[in-house]
Amino acid sequence: MEILWGNSAIFIMANENQSTMDGAQALIKTLDELGIEYVFGYSGGAALPIFDALETVESNIKFVLTRHEQGATHMADGYARATGKPAVVLVTSGPGAGNTITGIMTAQMDSVPMIIITGQQVTWMLGLDAFQEADIFGITIPVVKHNFLVRETNELPRIAREAHHIATTGRPGPVLIDVPKNVSQSDFSGDLDSPIDLPGYKPELAYEIDQADVEQAALLINAAKKPVILAGHGAMIAGAEAELMELATRMDSPVTSTLLGKGVFPEDHPLSLGMLGMHGTAYANKAMCECDLIVNIGSRFDDRIIGQADKFGAQAKIVHIDIDPSEINKMIKVDQEVIGDAKAVLKALNPLVEGKSNEEWNEAVNANKKKFPLGYKKQGGLRMQQVLDEIYELTNGDAIVTTDVGQHQMWAAQFYKNRDSWKWISSGGAGTMGFGFPSAIGAQFACPDETVIAVCGDGGFQMTLCEIATAVIHKLPVKILVLNNHYLGMVRQWQELFFDNRESGVDLEGNPDFVKLAESYGCKGINIKRQADVGKKLQEALDYNDGPVLINAECVKTDNVFPMIPAGAALEDMLTEPPKHKMAKPVGST
Amino acid sequence: MARDIKTTDKKPAPRADIIGGHTLSMYVVNEPGVLMRICQIFARRAYNIDSVVVSQGRDPAFSRLTLGISGDPAGLHQIILQCNKLVDVIHCSEHTSQQAVVREMALIKVKAEGPETRTELLQIVEHFGGKTVDLTESSMIIRIEGASDKVDAATRLLASYEIIETVRTGKVLMARGEVAT
Repeated sequence: MEILWGNSAIFIMANENQSTMDGAQALIKTLDELGIEYVFGYSGGAALPIFDALETVESNIKFVLTRHEQGATHMADGYARATGKPAVVLVTSGPGAGNTITGIMTAQMDSVPMIIITGQQVTWMLGLDAFQEADIFGITIPVVKHNFLVRETNELPRIAREAHHIATTGRPGPVLIDVPKNVSQSDFSGDLDSPIDLPGYKPELAYEIDQADVEQAALLINAAKKPVILAGHGAMIAGAEAELMELATRMDSPVTSTLLGKGVFPEDHPLSLGMLGMHGTAYANKAMCECDLIVNIGSRFDDRIIGQADKFGAQAKIVHIDIDPSEINKMIKVDQEVIGDAKAVLKALNPLVEGKSNEEWNEAVNANKKKFPLGYKKQGGLRMQQVLDEIYELTNGDAIVTTDVGQHQMWAAQFYKNRDSWKWISSGGAGTMGFGFPSAIGAQFACPDETVIAVCGDGGFQMTLCEIATAVIHKLPVKILVLNNHYLGMVRQWQELFFDNRESGVDLEGNPDFVKLAESYGCKGINIKRQADVGKKLQEALDYNDGPVLINAECVKTDNVFPMIPAGAALEDMLTEPPKHKMAKPVGST
Repeated sequence: MARDIKTTDKKPAPRADIIGGHTLSMYVVNEPGVLMRICQIFARRAYNIDSVVVSQGRDPAFSRLTLGISGDPAGLHQIILQCNKLVDVIHCSEHTSQQAVVREMALIKVKAEGPETRTELLQIVEHFGGKTVDLTESSMIIRIEGASDKVDAATRLLASYEIIETVRTGKVLMARGEVAT
């Protein structure tokens, strides 16, 4: 009885009182006030009131219908990584919400702001296995920065504000709001401007820098003769590019960056060492082994960059600047930490750093650049490296580049040198295949005038290729570069090196004709088969801006990425070329 | 005298690599799901939660949590920082027994048939400053409160009688002196 009464009451109110606002409308109004520009999503029953509010509320919000909820999350992710601002993902309950998990996890691992709104069953059915009910609040706890299950209609604007605040401040991350249908559908009678109330969340502390820590860090820096600066995503999020440049110049120190930090320090600068780590440049990794000081600015010492933890930086003093106190001494024991926003810390630190010249050290570092340059064989067929090298030249390094995960990702990181922040979009921590193409769509929505290139493998692209429809509908001139070797190349590389070349689960036989597939969606398709054609065909793709274009580059099937540090091995055990003898199975993670 | 002792408090011997005895105090927002967030952090890092006591704070918008934890002390500091990072956690800190008063209570139901057994049991209760809170012809419930090792000692002694069941509250903690917990 009570249930029937509840339903009919809502029904009557909605009909008799058209002029009042419901919870969903209050939610959309709030998102609009928060400056949300894009909602990427997929509709469904439990989210009906919110989808309706997108139509009934006058706002600047643009809705993009994707073809899969995972695509929606990666689009919001790409948008955020191109702008620093969050977008909203809007999906329904149950499977709709479940399909967002991979994208939420990807954003969480890489500290990307995102607001995910999921429809939910009505509150009185929660926990009763109602149709399309999933406990998405419980399911997502480990992969979000924070989440909410809204139980009162009048709380919606406040919670939306709180979600936005949490997602975008401190160390950013995804925040999920689960909205039961009766909560979004009921009349709103609260305050649209009710203030946020988060007593346990104090991101403003990131700007209160401990001066004693800064002074200790400066002492270590001033005493160093062979320093290396390690710049991570945190430096980019803080907008610390100018301060980083000043520090590097004062210290006369080479700068290496993490995969996600690419571009925060211009990679074509004489002091740049490019990316370090498992497939980083040999000269960056050698510098890490030989230096006497590592200044880590906003990197979490991921296992991909430290290799064997007890040998990493064993010869060096380590200064760690991070906004997240729980990252200090997590992977690597440091000599001095400074907790805070990277820009605020560097502003305090730079005046205490003595200007000097490290000629001898920089000469040694530069000698390694000459001795171990990044390169590839020009003979023996078309290589992914050549395609990436040429597109880098043709775009003058100015394009926004997104990637999937695997060999093509590492080669793109090596050969597409980034000069600016927010132009390299790659799933680092989570290593999510299928990320590259949808994130490029998000980035292109964010930056309509930029050239956006999705560098994909044939494996990853097939995981989210349904979003070609999304790109075609919106005439987005995304360049989809499918580097096609008909293999899950990185896994195959490991099987070749560590498992006696026994191929297991890596052969992608049955790949479609990607050009025909693209054309069936109304997307332009271009094949590249010969080395000599690369420049011409890429230029043709770059010149086409009436919609997306897919470039299928048929590449050498069994190429390997070098340099390589086997997982868990020390940086000094880096391979710069294929090993002559059989390798032991790596002990480190994956 | 052979007795068929049924006891619920036979703990497995501590594993050599586990060092127990950490007591954490947390002040958290009083909302559904907060405990899930906290427990997941410990479970993921293979720390066992030996006891957990949650109750409303003086301000009902907040709750007080006391956790008894076993696990490698080396990683515990980082876990405390991870807990502090949770949006719903106001603060989380570890207190040693020197810095804090740590207490728990146990209810122990013992078979007590005949005046002789009853007298012996009452002596033990008196020694530990406990109280009998239920007494029948054949059983009694004994309440023991104090530091965990005192509760342990009382339970050990009573185990030579026939314990029917025991219930322990888990540790609660308060910082000594004027320091806030």
